[in-house]
Amino acid sequence: MQRPTEDFDAIVVGSGISGGWAAKELTERGLRVLLLERGKNVEHQKGYPNARKGQWEYPHRAGRTRAMIDAYPVLQRDYPLNEKNLDWWVNEQESPYSEIKRFDWYRGYHLGGRSLTWGRQSYRLSDLDFEANSKEGLAVDWPIRYADLAPWYDHVETHAGIAGSIERLPQLPDGQFQPAMALNCAEETIAGRLAKQFNGHRRIIPGRNANLTRPLPGRGRCQYRNACALGCPSGSYFSTQASTLPFALATGRLTLKTEAIVTDIVYDQDRRRAAGVRVLDAQSSATTEYRARVVFVCASTLNSTWLLMRSATDVWPGGLGSSSGELGHNLMDHHFRCGANGVIDEHHDRNVYGRRPTGFYIPRFRNFFGDKRDYLRGFGYQGSASRQGWQRAVAELGVGGAFKDAAATPGPWQIGATAFGEMLPNHANRISLDPAKTDKWGLPVLAIDCATGENERLMRRDMMNDMAEMLEATGVKNVRVFDNGYFPGMGIHEMGTARMGRDPKTSVLNAHNQVWDAMNVFVTDGSCMTSAACQNPSLTYMALTARAAAFAADELKRGNL
Amino acid sequence: MTITRREIIQQVTALLGGAALIGGDRLLAFAIDDEALTQAMTEGVGRFTPADVALLDEIAETILPQTSTPGAKAAKTGAFMALMVTDVYTPESQQLFRDGMRSVDEACRQAHGVPFLQAAPAQRLSVVEVLDREQKAAMDARLARPSNRAPAPTSQNDDPAHYFRMMKELALLGYFTSEIGCTQAMRYIESPGRYDPCAPHAPGDRSWAGHA
Repeated sequence: MQRPTEDFDAIVVGSGISGGWAAKELTERGLRVLLLERGKNVEHQKGYPNARKGQWEYPHRAGRTRAMIDAYPVLQRDYPLNEKNLDWWVNEQESPYSEIKRFDWYRGYHLGGRSLTWGRQSYRLSDLDFEANSKEGLAVDWPIRYADLAPWYDHVETHAGIAGSIERLPQLPDGQFQPAMALNCAEETIAGRLAKQFNGHRRIIPGRNANLTRPLPGRGRCQYRNACALGCPSGSYFSTQASTLPFALATGRLTLKTEAIVTDIVYDQDRRRAAGVRVLDAQSSATTEYRARVVFVCASTLNSTWLLMRSATDVWPGGLGSSSGELGHNLMDHHFRCGANGVIDEHHDRNVYGRRPTGFYIPRFRNFFGDKRDYLRGFGYQGSASRQGWQRAVAELGVGGAFKDAAATPGPWQIGATAFGEMLPNHANRISLDPAKTDKWGLPVLAIDCATGENERLMRRDMMNDMAEMLEATGVKNVRVFDNGYFPGMGIHEMGTARMGRDPKTSVLNAHNQVWDAMNVFVTDGSCMTSAACQNPSLTYMALTARAAAFAADELKRGNL
Repeated sequence: MTITRREIIQQVTALLGGAALIGGDRLLAFAIDDEALTQAMTEGVGRFTPADVALLDEIAETILPQTSTPGAKAAKTGAFMALMVTDVYTPESQQLFRDGMRSVDEACRQAHGVPFLQAAPAQRLSVVEVLDREQKAAMDARLARPSNRAPAPTSQNDDPAHYFRMMKELALLGYFTSEIGCTQAMRYIESPGRYDPCAPHAPGDRSWAGHA
């Protein structure tokens, strides 16, 4: 192999879940890696100043003020806007985007990205998901199957630490789990009854979550504080800071630069390869070019495609990877905020001790097990049971001492769940550059044009009614359905816009996440998803990234890149 | 620590802009919160005078009085209510809330011939019980929905909430998220260390307060 003349063997753009994995895997395979993060540094543990604060230590008790709402017109649309970790969400004045249709884009621009704030639910996809497009003749076929990814799920689960139970379900493969965080007694009761009904096809299982129930090197087991999104003092949940970055740094081969905005990928037209990247210093606006043999684009779904759209535009007006006409298209999310809840009038002499940072999961059962609906695909549920707290007193009649003392004791068990439904890939759901608006650094911002369709509308009826049916069938009282409304992006599971495929004419990436138009550029975050499935997607990004990194390292050794 | 209201506002403003305070010192933030409540009691906050805060303290204390655990007043709930109305409520809701404070006084004058602050605890309780029934009826009518199998409307009824529901909600929120509410009225362990999914629970055992 020729002595490399590049500054680095590999450049990784983005330090979130996918970028952290790329940095770890590539450095551990001997590559000298430059990891670029557009936002500020957040040090593990030292960078979590609110981790141990009580509710009373926030001026508005962790709520939101009118001034916050004015400053965060997107973030205020849902729960993320609060006093607790405001600086782990993007500054919307500095980084605007355009909504051709309403799209709620919740971004974290800092080291670790949304790995610090994610919901940690971790589920494998199955061939039910990988084969769906092909069987239904929709969009394009995934270029991989479950067997291609299974060993990489094993690999990332073992290192990240996923708590889960072995269930032997065909639609939700088991993995390399740490012991599960158990269902509580109310959930266990309902789960037991549900398992005997619906031919056993509907099951309540413990949520599979990236929180340690057994320690791993450098990380302690979960202390059941359930304040994960503020940063974990014991490093017990998977984040870049806790799980991947320390291993990448330990190799001595990682260079990390924060506040480094990649403006474009430098494309060498003669070699038909990327030569490196151009970086804008977020503070000084100075630009620097870095060269490398491979580039991993892991900037998060929309940001990765945004970067491709800004790159090699002298060759392809639509940007690097646009030759198929699919770059920016097929944007997906999971639609949710729809389900049912009720009261369990049992187990009055039981409560939980400790705050479990997960709930239960009901794997998909629609359009499966011989079931056939008037829509395609399906949904899973996430929920939990808990004893009611003081909040119930707001709507109750009463004032005075007895009222106060009763409000300080638990109410009955309540149980509820929301479905997470698959959103179909649709060419019309797309992002593009807005020529009329730029961000703080002068980059043309993204315009997002995305909506759910008839399939999602039909699915939502079942998402709501099936949960009510299950609760009523298992003895839950006062069952109520809800549909709190959904706009794309709210799931914070944005996927697609640079899909994998088998044919360069209809896809942006090949089966190893290489951009067809520049084989030394890999895109391994949610952009690559060919379909959305209904499972929380981050674990799949981890597995795809680790797989692509191993492939890239091998190809470099073979002299193919 | 000497810190002026203006400095608090500057730091809270910085917080609201996504800078400065978060990432600052934990104890400093705590001092600011407690200082803000104390200052609201002595100097007022927004349109609320110290006398307004005192009235809110007594309304909150009547809703959530001292029992075997401290009451709302000990948790500075009146000051919290004034701060929340000032910083969180819309101008329309703020006006409704302030009109409501006058309505409480007026109801007390009509029933007992004295303003709320000068009424005896039993007189205050009887006034608040009447207002509680009034708000409960009004709010139940507002939120009524025809069927458990039809989803609740996605946007809440735009009619303004009853002012006493606002007071009751803020009193409950302020008290049960205060240090007294979390650690004395309820139980709080910052780091439980383990999880028991089926722990014994006896009647009267207090709730576990959540982490922030």
